[in-house]
Amino acid sequence: MKSLKELAEIRERMKNKVALREGSGEIRVVVGMATCGIAAGARPVLNAFVEQVAEQNIGDRVTVTQTGCIGMCRFEPIVEVFEGDKERVTYVKVKPEMVPEIIKEHLIGGKPVTKYTIGAVEG
Amino acid sequence: MIRTHVLICGGTGCTSSGSVKIADALEEEIAKNGLAEEVKVVRTGCFGLCALGPVMIVYPEGTFYSRVKLEDVPELVSEHFLKGRVVDRLVYRETEGEEKVEVPSLQETGFYKTQMRVALRNCGVINPEQIDEYIAMDGYAALGKVLTEMTPEEVIQVMKDSGLRGRGGAGFPTGMKWDFAARNKVPQKYVVCNADEGDPGAFMDRSVLEGDPHAVLEAMAIAGYAIGANKGFIYVRAEYPIAVKRLEIAIGQAREYNLLGKDIFGTGFDFDIEVRLGAGAFVCGEETALLTSIEGNRGEPRNKPPFPANKGLFGQPTIINNVETLANIPQIILKGAEWFASMGTERSKGTKVFALGGKIVNTGLVEIPMGTTLREIIYDIGGGIPNGKKFKAVQTGGPSGGCIPAEYLDLPIDYDNLIKIGAMMGSGGMIVMDETTCMVDVARFFLDFTVDESCGKCTPCRIGTRRLLEMLDKITSGNGTLEDLDKMEELCNYIKANAMCALGQTAPNPVLSTLKYFRDEYEAHVVEKRCPAGVCKNLMHYEIQPDKCRGCTLCARKCPAGAITGKVKEPHVIDQSKCIKCGACMEGCKFSAIIKK
Repeated sequence: MKSLKELAEIRERMKNKVALREGSGEIRVVVGMATCGIAAGARPVLNAFVEQVAEQNIGDRVTVTQTGCIGMCRFEPIVEVFEGDKERVTYVKVKPEMVPEIIKEHLIGGKPVTKYTIGAVEG
Repeated sequence: MIRTHVLICGGTGCTSSGSVKIADALEEEIAKNGLAEEVKVVRTGCFGLCALGPVMIVYPEGTFYSRVKLEDVPELVSEHFLKGRVVDRLVYRETEGEEKVEVPSLQETGFYKTQMRVALRNCGVINPEQIDEYIAMDGYAALGKVLTEMTPEEVIQVMKDSGLRGRGGAGFPTGMKWDFAARNKVPQKYVVCNADEGDPGAFMDRSVLEGDPHAVLEAMAIAGYAIGANKGFIYVRAEYPIAVKRLEIAIGQAREYNLLGKDIFGTGFDFDIEVRLGAGAFVCGEETALLTSIEGNRGEPRNKPPFPANKGLFGQPTIINNVETLANIPQIILKGAEWFASMGTERSKGTKVFALGGKIVNTGLVEIPMGTTLREIIYDIGGGIPNGKKFKAVQTGGPSGGCIPAEYLDLPIDYDNLIKIGAMMGSGGMIVMDETTCMVDVARFFLDFTVDESCGKCTPCRIGTRRLLEMLDKITSGNGTLEDLDKMEELCNYIKANAMCALGQTAPNPVLSTLKYFRDEYEAHVVEKRCPAGVCKNLMHYEIQPDKCRGCTLCARKCPAGAITGKVKEPHVIDQSKCIKCGACMEGCKFSAIIKK
């Protein structure tokens, strides 16, 4: 290492990788990963969230985790977004292609993508 | 892309309960489930809750698992890491009264809630064998700051303003020590890290070295810059193999990044560190004996003055700082002296790590602001005394310290308060004792240790402590007299005043403090020939109460000495001449017919 600049570069690069250990951010994205979820394709969805949250550098605010069966197996893969006191938003039949939009509009923009939520699909 | 970090403790405590095997099995199982790209196992340093080991924390959820076994691994991987279902039965629960309650996160447990982690901040959080993880936690930023923005005088001023005092025991102000060494204008000076942690029951230095070795290296380089030294030594016990290994890895990585070596950060400052292993002599924790040992001689203390800051290692000005002291320093540089001085009491700033042991629920490491009371440490953080027993005393400072009775439970802990009541901070070992502990026996235990560890160079320590031990033996075997108690006190004061180094000067403390606070127990041994706690074997015996004995013969079968006889369905008797007082009969008796007198 020659300079403080290089030290700062390592710090920035590594910070993202250990940020996970600071616990939950203000927004929690929970992917249903029970047998039903996995069968319906939840793993690629989960991975898409993890990767894109890191790419967008919002890892300090957004935590991506999995959960078990939510009970509505026919709607899997289900992704729920929790944010403070706000009402939870439940996305259903999520595909990896939908993830960029949810991240851009909802997690960054603050507006849930209603066309993917359970209300829209059921109604 | 990694979405889950599984932090598993790789400190000595959890390693001995099998954490390395579990970590290996986890990695294997994770790979088997095709999760290697998503879930990462991180082997960290000590979390502090050693009694619950092996411990593991899963992020980002922050799920805290305790007492994990090898056979739990497949379930953890398939249930939690794959499906996200927390394995409930392994989640740590706090005991509140009689009930076990769930805790939302590790930080909110009674054990961690009031802790303030400065020296231990990275322990259990980063992988100590990866310098990049330390750098992510602002590692080496303090070294960069002092080398590029501060003069050595400014660094020393910050240390003085912070009020940091040596964490190894005596509590000498660190900034002053550095200043003395800096004033000597000679070309060769040294920075030595004292990692010869020898107090029975203290293991904070080991945990720092195992969990955050780079913090110590960085602090030593900062110290080198401040006093004008370019060479450092870490004197560490050979009995700490994990710490030694991680130190060596850390030094190698720091050299690779040129954070140790020549021309660090291109500032022209050179600094390098060597590890020296201690061979297990307690006296080598005394700074002058430590220096003598590094020089390649038998570890014996030398007279002070001259102090090491003027004439230390190889006759050159040397500063010797303890591991925990050093671990605080990068934080003080980054966050400022005011931040550090805002914690603690008037004359003892910052935090202190204590190793909780003995009769306490949460055995482990805790770091709390100076000025916290013993009651908070023992009851709120430590979880109190197990099995509903009553608190009797707490021993601080190891063989150099003293026993503190219940009346001082509300005393705020700092260097000066502890000295005032005849104990001392020492390195921060805290051994809790309950009503089943005999205080005379405790004093005898520590004296036995110092007699063994006395280097023999000066008479008061070599002969004085041995005479003291003989008197204690006389008392615990039931042959003591009241006159012995006075003689012991006199001898204690003589040794304190005349021994050459701190080992001898403090060796009588366990005797003096127990004599002061528990004289009644000594008197019971001497006058009534009775050990109130029922520990001293010569002063107690087991008896079978004939009215309660059903003649089941269990005790006779349990007795390893063949001392119990009797016919079936008739009361049994113990032959006192054969009894070895092991207590196996009493433990085995289903009718509580055997009593200890």
